[in-house]
Amino acid sequence: MSSSAKSPPPGIGMSRRGFLKSMSVSAVATTLTTTVATGAATLATATRTAAHDDAPPQLIQGLTPLTLTVNGNDHTVLAEPRWTLLHVLRECLGITSPKPGCERGECGSCTVLVDGVARYACLMLALEAQGKSIETVEGLMHGEALGPVQQAFLEEDALQCGYCTPGQIMAAEALLRHQPDPTLEEIRVGMSGNLCRCGAYRHILTAVAAAAIKKKS
Amino acid sequence: MADSGYFDPVSPLIQPARPGEAPHPWGHTTLIGQRIPRVDAYERVSGAAVFPSDVQLPGMLHAAILHCPYAHAIVRRLETTRAKALPGVRDIITAETPEAKISWPYGEGYAPPLFDTQLRFEGEEVAAVAAETPWQAWDAVRALEVQFDERPAAVAERLALTEKAPNVHPGGNLARPIQTYARGDLGKGLAEAAVVLSGSFRTASQLHIPLERHGCVAMWDGDGLTVWESTQGVFPVQEQLAAVLGLPLTRVRVRGGYVGGGFGSKLQTSKYAVIAAILARRTGRPVKLFLSREQTMLSMGLRPAAIMEMQLAAKGDGSLTATSLSVLASGGAYGGAGSALVDWLAKDLYRCPNVRTELTDVMLHSQPARPFRAPGYPQGAWALEQMMDRLADALGMDPVALRLQNIPTVSQARDGSPAYTTTGLKACLEEGAAAFGWQESRQRTAAQPATFTTRRGVGMAACNWLVGGGFPPATVVLKLLGDGSIILNMGASDIGGGTKTIMAMVAAEELGVTLDRIHIEHADTATTQYATASGGSKTVPTEAPAVREAAQELKRQLLGWAAEELGVKAEALRYEGASIVVINHQEKKGKSPKRIAVTNLARLRQQRVAMGVGHKRANPKNKAICPFGAQFCEVEVNTLTGEVRVVRFLACHESGRVMNRLTYDCQVHGGVVMGTGFALTEARILDAASGKLCNRNLHDYKLPTMLDVATQTVSLPLKLPDDAANSAGAKGLGEPVVVPTAPAIANAVADALRPWQVRCTATPITPAALLQALAAAKEA
Repeated sequence: MSSSAKSPPPGIGMSRRGFLKSMSVSAVATTLTTTVATGAATLATATRTAAHDDAPPQLIQGLTPLTLTVNGNDHTVLAEPRWTLLHVLRECLGITSPKPGCERGECGSCTVLVDGVARYACLMLALEAQGKSIETVEGLMHGEALGPVQQAFLEEDALQCGYCTPGQIMAAEALLRHQPDPTLEEIRVGMSGNLCRCGAYRHILTAVAAAAIKKKS
Repeated sequence: MADSGYFDPVSPLIQPARPGEAPHPWGHTTLIGQRIPRVDAYERVSGAAVFPSDVQLPGMLHAAILHCPYAHAIVRRLETTRAKALPGVRDIITAETPEAKISWPYGEGYAPPLFDTQLRFEGEEVAAVAAETPWQAWDAVRALEVQFDERPAAVAERLALTEKAPNVHPGGNLARPIQTYARGDLGKGLAEAAVVLSGSFRTASQLHIPLERHGCVAMWDGDGLTVWESTQGVFPVQEQLAAVLGLPLTRVRVRGGYVGGGFGSKLQTSKYAVIAAILARRTGRPVKLFLSREQTMLSMGLRPAAIMEMQLAAKGDGSLTATSLSVLASGGAYGGAGSALVDWLAKDLYRCPNVRTELTDVMLHSQPARPFRAPGYPQGAWALEQMMDRLADALGMDPVALRLQNIPTVSQARDGSPAYTTTGLKACLEEGAAAFGWQESRQRTAAQPATFTTRRGVGMAACNWLVGGGFPPATVVLKLLGDGSIILNMGASDIGGGTKTIMAMVAAEELGVTLDRIHIEHADTATTQYATASGGSKTVPTEAPAVREAAQELKRQLLGWAAEELGVKAEALRYEGASIVVINHQEKKGKSPKRIAVTNLARLRQQRVAMGVGHKRANPKNKAICPFGAQFCEVEVNTLTGEVRVVRFLACHESGRVMNRLTYDCQVHGGVVMGTGFALTEARILDAASGKLCNRNLHDYKLPTMLDVATQTVSLPLKLPDDAANSAGAKGLGEPVVVPTAPAIANAVADALRPWQVRCTATPITPAALLQALAAAKEA
């Protein structure tokens, strides 16, 4: 079972365990305010009373204006520095397709594309996402028409309850942009950062393979 | 004809039965059984589906719960001043809050206060906060100053029954009198056996982990409460909320819509819904309260661990003569039967005249168990199906042949041993084995030299499931609008099994309309008809007959209107979907028959709506309606690392008529995935001293990923419409599919390790556990 800890091929995005590895252990283990300090150097002064690393993090207050580019549109919102990209997408912008499942980078339900790479929106601060291109399933649509990956998921019944589905679709989209002709093994590895408790993996596998063909036509 | 809203049926549309009579069984079907994508797939892949956790209301506050960090503790002091002063905090409720001074019915006679000062499991609710943002709510929860007196906890089942164990409630930890079952004469059965085997088995606690966490949004409108709840059944939640809050049903509206998984953990009402309602009432604002993932793992239920001792005896030809099983389990801190149904397969799956079972339930300082997909069955199957394989080995028989030797035609565990309406057990075993290549695979794995360190093994297991035919109550309303469109109104939730799609297919099959003309209203207590929660694999066999009955009534009504308008008897008319036709002598002479378009019926043009109401009727008496199945798998075991890789799976299930082949297969595959987790990776681990949960996130609690399941998984449905079960001929599927998976894997692992006679008897079969078992066997 340890095979799921394999790193994805370079450029395909990050598996959940790969992502954890890339973060410092302390940032994962302690509170989000600590993550702010570790994750973005520019925020360190805002979150620390002193320059010492062992100083207790200060309570963060106050709203900061920030601009996010989501599905090609700029949105300026007021956000606390500690708010995650997931929170701002859902609560400030009303884009609810990225779903909260664990909010600690383990389930993949909140997967979005950041500059074309699949990322867990719960593990990225909204501030960090400024100046980057963020994409959600809404961005894969053409008006009311589904994009090819979405259509493949629909046709192959690559879902049951549908909660993890937007995240699965974004992981598949990232995979296919970087590898338009994936092998089954590449699909399995590329999709292994997204949990589906209903266990629709067999149909997801088929759907991603079908989507690869659809994307070319 | 699709643009007309009607399809061309493969055979004439079925005509309604007489009023009060059950619909005639379907013959050939046009839509039913086909591979049809879900009617709500668009919403689910486009992001348009609004799950309860997506609901945002104007002025909405966010709430968070402070839970007990100890398995057993007394709250000495709770200070809210510091938390109240934090920015954005609007309300804090504790045991002292007047509105919160209500009792919470855990069942089994336990009804402690909503916020108790004696806390009996880690995760039990202590206080709650409402604030402008979820971040501020959690800030306030962390700022609550609580003095807990930690007390010793009862953590392990066997220890909890000893003299010195801390009591969960006064009077000892035995949750209820030991339950025994006996038929025949066990001693006689053991005496006449050629082989008697005994074994000990253990299954770990499994957590449900639906990806949408448990929670709700509560909003008051004067004296009326609306709750958007992530639930498998809106009506049970409405009933309990109304009872706890002392409101009439007409003042509590529960809206479901989409639900991001449940697996049994969202069948019941949880404290958070009442807490959200209290906070919303006190603040005059809507309140959203979703638990953290850790909190769902601490308090939203589990499949209880089972400690099992089993004895199995058979004659030389493989006929079982005696079966005994004793089970020790825990339903948690508030009674409940953690052992319920663990013994059912031992009593019922194979023919055996002499059976004795014993169920012991102990209370622990642990969260109350909740039903989990086929409650009790995977645990019991883990013991029984491994014992069957051991028995086959001891008798020198093929495991499939041994099972075929013991196929029952009646349900032996039920009073009066009623016959099954249909049983596909034999056919599942035979057809599954043939499609899997069972014989050849067995020969191939047996031929592996003992020197191989990467070894293949094949294994199989079978199952039935308790209920398959559904049961009342269920009411469905079908409305035909002026343009021929249909509204299907039912209260049932679609928890992922495809209920909405299948019910739309049933309505379409009956009425001849295309699926795009059907709109579904469901899972809302204010606007849809009563349905029980979606669980027990009963939703399709319960709702589908009600939809059929509603459609038949609608057709009868349209035929009656046409008869009135055309001046003929209704018996002289035939419903053809788009139109109603007069069956007369002219048709026989080749002239086109007289017909009237349904949408042109004068009564419809005047009334603008026609309505049919259907109900689920009682099941046939003295019959057992059960689904059956058999699963086969091949694994690869690395004897150096202890890793097990599932290479391929074949699941052959008999659940009556296949309603939608596409969603059917998805269910089967999903069951195998969940069963694979149960077998290989999933275990709730409690610290033996403190009783605290050790693996409280999805990094430490391992759910299967796409890399952990077999790429080659085949679903082979046994199509056996069960017309005696109900008018849809369908039996439940969602639960049986998870039952045989883990023992099939364990049997395959044992096959791979045959040279050392190693069998893993505890879930999960982790690399460490496997290596330990292998080392012990090599030493011996």
